[in-house]
Parts: sequence; structure tokens; C-alpha cells
Amino acid sequence: MTKYNDFVIRFANVNGSGSASANSMFAKALFRMGVPVATRNIFPSNIQGLPTWFEVRATEKGYFGRREDVDIMVAMNAETYEEDVECLASGGYLVYDNTRPRPRTLERQDVVDVGIPITKLILPEFSDPKQRQLFKNIVYLGALSALLNIDFKVLTGMVSMQYKGKDALIQPNIHAMEIGRNYAFKYLDCPFEFQVRYSELAKDKILVDGNESAALGAIYGGATFCAWYPITPSTSVAEAFEKHAQKLRVDEDTGTKKYAVIQSEDELAALGMVIGAGWNGARAFTATSGPGISLMNEFLGLAYFAEIPAVLFDIQRVGPSTGMPTRTQQSDLLSVAFASHGDTRHPMLFPSTPKECFDFAADAFDIAERIQSPVVVMSDLELGMNELTSDQFEWEDIRKYDRGKVLTADDLDQVEDYGRYVDVDSDGIGYRTLPGTHPSKGSFFTRGTSRDEYAVYTEAPDAYSQNMDRLNRKWETIRALLPRSEVSSASYRAGIMYYGTTATPMSESLALLDDYGIELDTLRIRAFPIGHEVREFIAQHSIVFLVEQNRDAQMKTLIVNDLELNADQICSILYYGGMSISADFIVSEVLNYYEQNKVPRLKEVSS
Amino acid sequence: MTFVKKPEIHHPLLTVNELGLKRRDYEGLVSTLCAGCGHDSVSAAIIQACSELSLPPHRFAKLSGIGCSSKTPSYFLSNSHGFNSVHGRMPSVATGANIANRDLIYIGVSGDGDSASIGLGQFAHAVRRKINMLYIVDNNGTYGLTKGQFSATNDYGSTSKRGVPNLYSPIDLVCMALQIGASFVARSFSGDKKQLVPLIKAALLHNGFSFIDIISPCVMFNNHDGSTKSYGHVRDHSAPIVDADFVAPHEEIEVDYAPGSTETIDMPDGSRLRLRKLEDSYNPKNRVDALAYVQRALDEGDVVTGLLYVEEDPADLHEVLETPEVPLSALTESDLCPGSETLDSINASFR
Ligand SMILES: Cc1ncc(C[n+]2csc(CCOP(=O)(O)OP(=O)(O)O)c2C)c(N)n1
Ligand code: SF4
Ligand SMILES: [Mg+2]
Repeated sequence: MTKYNDFVIRFANVNGSGSASANSMFAKALFRMGVPVATRNIFPSNIQGLPTWFEVRATEKGYFGRREDVDIMVAMNAETYEEDVECLASGGYLVYDNTRPRPRTLERQDVVDVGIPITKLILPEFSDPKQRQLFKNIVYLGALSALLNIDFKVLTGMVSMQYKGKDALIQPNIHAMEIGRNYAFKYLDCPFEFQVRYSELAKDKILVDGNESAALGAIYGGATFCAWYPITPSTSVAEAFEKHAQKLRVDEDTGTKKYAVIQSEDELAALGMVIGAGWNGARAFTATSGPGISLMNEFLGLAYFAEIPAVLFDIQRVGPSTGMPTRTQQSDLLSVAFASHGDTRHPMLFPSTPKECFDFAADAFDIAERIQSPVVVMSDLELGMNELTSDQFEWEDIRKYDRGKVLTADDLDQVEDYGRYVDVDSDGIGYRTLPGTHPSKGSFFTRGTSRDEYAVYTEAPDAYSQNMDRLNRKWETIRALLPRSEVSSASYRAGIMYYGTTATPMSESLALLDDYGIELDTLRIRAFPIGHEVREFIAQHSIVFLVEQNRDAQMKTLIVNDLELNADQICSILYYGGMSISADFIVSEVLNYYEQNKVPRLKEVSS
Repeated sequence: MTFVKKPEIHHPLLTVNELGLKRRDYEGLVSTLCAGCGHDSVSAAIIQACSELSLPPHRFAKLSGIGCSSKTPSYFLSNSHGFNSVHGRMPSVATGANIANRDLIYIGVSGDGDSASIGLGQFAHAVRRKINMLYIVDNNGTYGLTKGQFSATNDYGSTSKRGVPNLYSPIDLVCMALQIGASFVARSFSGDKKQLVPLIKAALLHNGFSFIDIISPCVMFNNHDGSTKSYGHVRDHSAPIVDADFVAPHEEIEVDYAPGSTETIDMPDGSRLRLRKLEDSYNPKNRVDALAYVQRALDEGDVVTGLLYVEEDPADLHEVLETPEVPLSALTESDLCPGSETLDSINASFR
């Protein structure tokens, strides 16, 4: 039975062999045929030589999560061949270079063997050794176009686009593709049971990764300054910001740049610069990952106490620095939420899609200036570095930036008695003044907590406690300001909560569970502080699963602590292996729970 | 022609400057440092320099790290914003502030612990980035605020108050600043107001990174006989090499006094800087010579003071970044947001 637009294909390559561009061309070709795709790059912390995998999931149902097995394996790395063959689903296809014989022990009877003499095919056609290496990838791409029924015009069109201006490269690339394609037609059983066909589903979508989306959100959100220190997987946020700013933010008349990027000496300096700029009235951000967050702790506390806007993107990965830096996790929640010494708390946003990375990035600057405190957008490697089918970015031209409570010179002339930290509006947020505003009014000395409402130095206990109480009031203002959770409820007895990239496999998980007779209400958390709707959702269900990608149930800790809840109803589903969480994992954990607790699996509706 | 200065009629504290402001308009809160602390003299020199230059007090931004020295921005220019940040990290905060608004005048005050120990990296990188600011280190060779531990600027063999010798090599921030490329490098002494005030003026008008290492004795913990940062030691070993005289735009240049030759540098606002070289062979416009001279003197135990190096045409970070004349902080939606139509083509590029 032919399966259209519904398969997982994995490419096993050697890092640095030039496979990346061929593989992403494959994904893009499917997407251009209107097929929703999710890509996954599983790469080592290495520039050349170690194994790397690239995975594409084609899915008409919008099941973008990782699957534990694959339908088609393009095994181009001898070193990982054995495990690559192993992860094929029964009935799957094994594509490999059969120029040299394989070890017999690695054969599997339940998969279709698709050997292509790639090296041999290339040898007489290209003389340059570098081209011979690179075009191996292009040859299998051509073969796959025949095997999976990919419109060849789409592929050749993409080659022409990619090498526009370097025309000499177009013909050899297309030729290499034809070599593979012709071989497949001539010698192989075309097409596979898995096939691609034109669809309308992705017609109005875009294929983009979360980091580039966040960078564009920062540009639309009015960020003028990015200070950063390179770290995977966050680097591409800063790089994409600079790339797009070079196009979108250069003054046509003067050629000046309406943005600045500094690659700082370390993450401490990066955040220090962002804070200096925020203090001085510019919208500034930094992008980092867990190790950078660790270094930024002292400054995060200072910004909390001194009440200075700052935007951070934490693209989470597996810790620590010498750990698995190129694997994904959601394990920085606690370290970000309470970063620094003293009583500190920082708001976080949890995007789940590239579109939401864009939206939350732009929103974060409004929020930070409104609340005069750091805001951290919590993405992760899975979302940040992999291209995913997403809704398009949207922007309303009437939208104005919310610059928060900042007094101008005219405002100051009207004010009798200015105090930086006076809670005039009872929302815990005072009025800022920017340096240089007024000749005689509104200046103050910024420091941590040893000051009164007028920013005058004091170590008086009451002044300290009152300030901390005001910051608590501000926390409630923040709670009301941040995006609420997305709730879908049919009054089932059980519910499931998730956030960030644990949302990706959720639709598939729910469909699979439904087959087992388990139906769940859903809640996707989008921000910390936790909204009261989470309290309600938990109260309405006798059991609530909370899915996270960390060992310590960090979101559970946050919920229980922030809402002062009893945790009895919350059952954690925790995955922390470093790959992205799969529907298979979630389903088996839920089923386990039902079995162990002898809960009937019926689609019961609570009365 | 010889210019004879008219005698001052008013007490200098009561004279008004070109902005109609008095000296006290440049003052800050009453200092809480120890009586006799060198840092207070530095603050006084800053106050005098700023008021004599007739700079608008509210157009300054004062930044510091942590330490007795870092407290001092409270004690001058109370009409300007100040930022007491975290230990050793003032340079990054100043960098960000400067990038956000290039129109303000930036003064960073730090200590030898703040800049030569915990903040050495940030200091070096601020120098490299050519931040247009005056960076002052109140160098007392000790951690004043944490009660007298050694700092990284202590000379080898100099002793703590209790007589314990320092067994590690000193870091000399002047040499570092020269080597990394600061465009204005000076060393002075908090007790030598005559030398210090013109240096601060020149540094404030210099359009680049100006660094002044000011030996500023800590009377509480490092003013004893074994110290090389005591009032006595610095007075005895100070070797002025280039004095800087500041000449306001419409003022005429006074006649020269021996020894040494002079050189004039025109400043952006029309004023001039007269460099009086106390040793003929010294060339304050040559980085390599300056570095060699200072390093040699250090090895001989002399503290060379004065304006040690100056670039006449300095670069500033904003030139490198190619930012507009308007501060980044003043840009609005219409400057910054590419709008929905552009977003349509961005969306199209992801198809
Ligand atoms: C991260 C951190 N570590 C340690 C301290 C404690 N501390 C405060 S001031 C200081 C040394 C200050 O020495 P210096 O910069 O020379 O200033 P001085 O007091 O001598 O003027 C130290 C270590 C701190 N505030 N922060
Ligand atoms: S301890 Fe030393 S540095 Fe601190 S105020 Fe007293 S004299 Fe000055
Ligand atoms: Mg000191």
C-alpha cells in the first residue's frame, strides 16, 4: 500500500562532507511541493569527521515530532552503518553506496535493500577530488527523486537558485543529480511504497528555524543592539540578526547602520553590555545557552534589583559545557527562573513554533521595557536549529512599541517630587528616567537594593523589605501581562500539560492515545510566572500529566512553587536523553501510568 | 606675545562658567570615604575639570564597578545619572551605554581590584573597542572596601600593612592600555591636582578611549612605609615626563617655561592641549617609545606621570560600527521596523 507524504527519512553522513546542503535541499523540495515537513539535524560537537544525521519527516497530519524509527535510511557513513540499519522500521528501505561490499553480518531480511554504486558512478564523470566527495550527496538526492517521486523540476530549480551568479556550478550539480536519477530509473524498483505528491497543506506556510525567526522578531521588535558570545545552539540567533539587519536596517541615504552587534569577550560582558544599553534607553538583547546563563547570573540579579530592561534568548542544550552541547533539552528553567543571588525571579516565555519565536522575540522587548526587568525567551536546540513548517510571520503596521514608563524632560517639568522607585500606579513598577534627559530633574544613581524609593543610599531594613514587597507586586503585574496558556478542554477526567518543544509531538501523541481509548484535555504553558488558568486546569482534572525534557521536573517545581499548589495530581513524564521527545515515548509513559495505577482506559467524561 | 593672566577677582568656587554654573553645580553628595582618602581628591579634580570646561552636568553618564573607588561617582556631578554596577564589569556596562547613546559624556571610575583583578578582561576589551569614554582607575594598590588585601597592581616586594611582602608580579594598566591601543594614556597622582585637572580635561575632550591611572593612596590600608602606593613613596618616586596644559578655545597660550620643548594638539572643540615635555627625547605620539619608556622606568622603580601617549586623530567604536549620528536609543518604529510589506517578502524567502 502506497503511503503518500507520510514517512521519516534519515541521512547518515560524516560531519564536514558537504551533505548539509544536499539534505536541506531534499527537505525544501518536499516543502515546495506543498508537503509539511519537519527536519532534524543530529550533529556532533565537531567540525569534521564525526558522524552526523539529518532527518526529514513528511507529514500531512502535522505530526512534526521525532519518531523512534525511520522508514528510509540513506546510510552514507560506514562507521555508523550498523546502528543505522538497526533503526529502520520493518518494511523500510536501506539506501547505501554499494561500490564496495558491505559486511554480511549487517544485512536485514525485513528491509528493502537499495544499493547504488555512488562512488563508482561519480568516478568517470568528475575529476576534482573535492567535487567527487561533494557530489556523492547530490547523486543520492537525484536517485531519491526517482525513488520517492519528487518533481525533478523542483530540485533543478533549487540548484539554479542556490548557485545564482555562480553559473558554472549549476550544470555539474544537475548532472550529478541526473546520474543518480537515471541509475534509479534504470536499475532500481521505482518508486518506493513511500512517495511524495503535490499537496496544498504547506502552501501558505514557511520553512524556517526558530533562531532565525527569533532574530527577525528582534528586528521587528526594534532591537538596536545585540551583544553575544558564540555558543551552540544559540549562535545563529545573533548571526541571523546581523545578516538581516544588514539588509533591513541600513539607512538608504547615509549608509549608516541602525543597529550594532558586538561579539563580546564572554557572556558576562554580553549581558553587561545589554544592561548598559537598556539602562540608556536602547532595546538590546543577548543570545546564549546554559553555560552562558550560568556566567550571567550576577548581572541578571543586578538587572532584577536595579530594574533594567534586557532581553535574553536561552537556546537550551544538554549541560554542562563538556556534556552534550549539540543535543536538546529543557533543563535551564530553574537556573533561569531564579538566576543570581538574593531573592530574584525572572519571567520566561516558552515558544513552541518558529512563528512563536518571532512573536515572542518581538513581544519580549515590549514586556522588558514595560516591566523594567530581564525577560528570557526559552527556546532549545530542537526548535532553534531545525527547520520546521510554520505559519507565516505577521506584523500589524499600526503596532507601536511599548517603551514602558519613561519620563521625558516635559514630563519631569510637571513632576513635583520624582522618585525612581515610587510605586505611583500600585502595580509595582516605577517611572524610569534616561541619562541626559533633564538639566536639573530626574537624575538618580542606579545600584542594587541599598536604596530607598528615591534611589537614595540607605541600608535601612524597612526600606529593603518594602522594596522587595514592591517587587512582589510587580511579579503579579507581570503574571497578568504575559501570554496565557493555550487550553483545550472537553472536560475529560485527565489532562496533559506541556510547553516549548514538548508541544511538537503532542498532536500525534493524543491521536495515538485516542486509539487506546485515552482522551486528554490539553494545556500548553507559554510563560512563567504561571497563569492562574494552570491552577484551574489542574483542579479540574483528577490526573494531569506534565511533559518535560529534563530529569528534575523543573516546570513542575515552578508551577508548584509559583502557584503554591499541591502536586499530588501532577504526574511527570520526563525525557532527558538529548534527542527531542517523541510521541512514542509520551504514549508509552501515559499507558504505563494507566496500567500501574489500574485506571480504566475508557473515554470517561467527568460529570 | 606674553599674556599676563588677570588676577581672579572671585573665589574660584563662586565664579560662574560659560553655562552660568558654579563649581557646586558639579558637585555630588558628601563623601563617605575615609578622611584623607586619595579617591576624594580624584573626585574633586573631576568636579573642577568638568566645571572649568563648562560641560552640561546632566549630559554625563557615570559608571563604576564595586569598591571604595567605585562609590565615588556619587560624590561628583549629582545632576547626572550614575550606575554602580557589579565588581569588575563596569567596562561592559559602559560599552553598552555608549553604544545606545553616543551623545553623552562617559566617565567610568574603577579601582585597581576592579580593573586589574576581577575585571582585567573587561578592561582590556574596552580598550580594544575604543569606547569613547574617560576611564579612571583610582589605583591604591589594595582592596580598600574589603579591608586591605593585596591587589594585582602591587609592586613585587611591597608589603601589606602587616608587613607581609607581595610575591607576585604587578600588572601595570598603563602598559596594558598602551599595548592594546588606547588613544589617550596618562598616569597621575591624586595629590597632584595641578597635573591631574588638565589631564582630566584633555581626556574628556579626547574623542576615543582615554585612560588615566591615578595613584590614589588608601590611608586606611596602604599608606605605610612598605607600600609603593603611599603618599610619601609616590611623591619621592614620581617622575613627570609630559605635562599637559589645557588652553580653552579663546584663551591665549602662555609663555613657555624651561625645561623641555612644547607641542600643541588641537582639540575638537577649538581648545588646545599644550604638551610640555620634561625630557626632550620623549615622544608622546609614539606608542612604542612610550611603552618602552614607561616599562623601563617601572623596572627602575620610578613612577612616570603625565600624558604618556596621545593620538591626535583617534578612532571611536561608533566609527567602526558605522552607527548613525542619532543615538540608537532615539530611533523609533519608523526607523527600526521594516513593516508588513517587507515581511511578506521575508516570508516568501522561506518558501
Ligand atoms: C563578585 C564579587 N566578588 C567580591 C566582591 C567583594 N569586593 C568588594 S570591593 C572589592 C575590592 C575593591 O578593590 P578596588 O577595586 O581596588 O577598590 P578600592 O576599594 O581599593 O577603591 C571586593 C573584592 C564583590 N563585591 N563582588
Ligand atoms: S579604605 Fe582606603 S580606599 Fe577605602 S575609603 Fe578608606 S582610605 Fe579610601
Ligand atoms: Mg584599590
